[in-house]
Amino acid sequence: MTDEKKPAGIVRRDFLQTAGTAALGLGITGLPTVLRAQPASVKIGLIHPVSGFIAFSGNQCREGALMAIADINAAGGIKSMGGVKLEAVLGDSQGKPDIGAAEVAKMAEAGINGIVAGYASSISLATSQEAAKTNTPHVVDVGVSDQIVSRGLTNTFRFSPGYGKIADFAVANLDAINKAAGSPAKTAMIIHEESLFGTGTADLLSKKLPENGIEVIEVIKHANPTRDFTNIVLQIKAKKPDLIIPANYYNEYVLLARTMRQQRIEAMGIYSVLGGAASNYKFVKEFPEAAENIMDCNHWFNPKSEVALARKAAAEAKGLVYTYEVFLAYNAVLGLADAIERAGSTDKEAVNAALSSSNMDMSFMPYGPTRMVDGQNEGAQPVNTQVLKGDIEVIAPKEFASAEAVFPVK
Amino acid sequence: MPDLAIIIPSVLNGLTTGALYALVALGLTLIYGVLHIINFAHGALLMVGLYAVYFLNVQLGIDPYVALFIVPPLMFALGYALQRGIIGKASHGRDENILLVTLGLSIVIENLSLFVFKSDTRAIDTPYSFEVVEFLGAFLPLPKVIAFAGALVTAALLWLLMSRTDLGKAIRALAKEPKGAKLVGINAEHVFAMSFGLGIACLGVAACLLLPSYYVSPQVGHGFVLIAFTIVVLGGMGSFVGALIGGLIIGVVEALGGLFLGESLGQIGIFLIFILVLISRPTGLLGHKV
Repeated sequence: MTDEKKPAGIVRRDFLQTAGTAALGLGITGLPTVLRAQPASVKIGLIHPVSGFIAFSGNQCREGALMAIADINAAGGIKSMGGVKLEAVLGDSQGKPDIGAAEVAKMAEAGINGIVAGYASSISLATSQEAAKTNTPHVVDVGVSDQIVSRGLTNTFRFSPGYGKIADFAVANLDAINKAAGSPAKTAMIIHEESLFGTGTADLLSKKLPENGIEVIEVIKHANPTRDFTNIVLQIKAKKPDLIIPANYYNEYVLLARTMRQQRIEAMGIYSVLGGAASNYKFVKEFPEAAENIMDCNHWFNPKSEVALARKAAAEAKGLVYTYEVFLAYNAVLGLADAIERAGSTDKEAVNAALSSSNMDMSFMPYGPTRMVDGQNEGAQPVNTQVLKGDIEVIAPKEFASAEAVFPVK
Repeated sequence: MPDLAIIIPSVLNGLTTGALYALVALGLTLIYGVLHIINFAHGALLMVGLYAVYFLNVQLGIDPYVALFIVPPLMFALGYALQRGIIGKASHGRDENILLVTLGLSIVIENLSLFVFKSDTRAIDTPYSFEVVEFLGAFLPLPKVIAFAGALVTAALLWLLMSRTDLGKAIRALAKEPKGAKLVGINAEHVFAMSFGLGIACLGVAACLLLPSYYVSPQVGHGFVLIAFTIVVLGGMGSFVGALIGGLIIGVVEALGGLFLGESLGQIGIFLIFILVLISRPTGLLGHKV
């Protein structure tokens, strides 16, 4: 052991040694990323069906995603990257998976940093598959098919629930509502659209409902678009089910609900799964009588969250109808931005890793803590809503409920 | 196997739906069948008519049936102007140019409406939207019953116009023998524009009768345009009665096809009938050999 006496003050050699170590250290720890050359912006690809037969929903998604980008930028951008702003790069899938995939390829070639897509399950499957080729982080906003997150793609994430969980939830809650009323409902008819979303949901419900004592007497598939629902409604009328369960897109839902009213259909309840009057303020406003008492099991915001209500007010101030497409796309952008923030860079590996370990606070949704398992947020869940006195109320789960369920209606 | 309690209402409903298809096809049979203009903008122009009816109702409180006195004349003027100002000039008399011009028009109109109206689906709620007429045990929606009557009246008026007026004679002459018609002093450009205007005015009538039971969005025409072309060929090019009968047949076949084959497969019936008629009667049901 030596007892070397150091001279007072800073000598040249010590200064160089300290400064060199500090410079090396700062370079490694990533703290000075703000000092490094930063991209002018973080480019987020938003690919939605803004034209074609599901254009309404696609545009709602786009608007929600753009609102999120505007809010994040207004709050200072990506702070870990020196406040660099998000930049939206818009793509239109036209409602077709192949065009959605082509948009991804185009954006990937142009150096996109992350993608939020694609509203419909079939489109989301194609866009995420294409994004996987370049390992581009891809967050699915609305697509509910469980296939989306079960293909082992390390770049694909979803913050909202898939239809497996939604079907479980829908059946369990329907069972609870039915039992609370003395189990009057014994039969159901499912009316669904023909794509992956409608078919998958109908398959799951057909398997699960009988386990809870509700016989599915008929499952009817229809095309998109369907110009007339009278045939289907006549079949409902003939079979007289206790419950009618639609799973379709908005335009077809409007026609179906109107035709059911015209044909004087009387059922104990209309219980929509993923899409219906009780998750659309527009339908409730335009057809209050047809919408009254309809129940939905769908994506919804936490009606007790100040943040959620403020976002709803902001969307409505922009003239938007606050449908689930708006807030799910908003959340998808939020999740991606949160991952980029934590990654501190746009490095694809780092962003995907950050998405995998996402623990974003989503108390503005009726979700538990965010927990990603194979790209799926296991904390996500749907809620049950019902149109009561011209407004949409949450009726389950209890901790988020704003009203009691009214059942049976007839 | 569905029983009669479903089949009868289904057939009646097919007839009323078919009348709506016929209304859309009547304008097309005049433009496509008589003038041989393949109007790809037909669906987009139907959408324009539907928006006109929608905004007259929402902004000014004008009932869609009162709008019958406003929208068809406006649509006539639009059609006349389009033919005179764009289609006629840009096509230089060549059929393939007309096809491309109307295709371009449809893209421009649809994208403009997407930009202006957004992709929002809009519907109107009238006091009679949910009214029904009971007939043979079936509940027929009142707006569709009115549309059925409207299709009959429109087809009759068009037939009268074509067979009893000078304009009708001029249109027929121009369709059959353009050079001869011009030689006898028919103003071809004016008559072409009048015909196109009349075809688009029919879409105005269709829009007024359709909206009380349907919706409007920038893509709404897509669901009707292919079926309208099918009806025109099925009924016989240029035959208004043929278009009416063709529309009704398609409506019934679609309804029964949906009932027996399922809603997705039911559409096949339409095109099977179409192919069968073309094989057995290439000129269509009421078409004449040229």
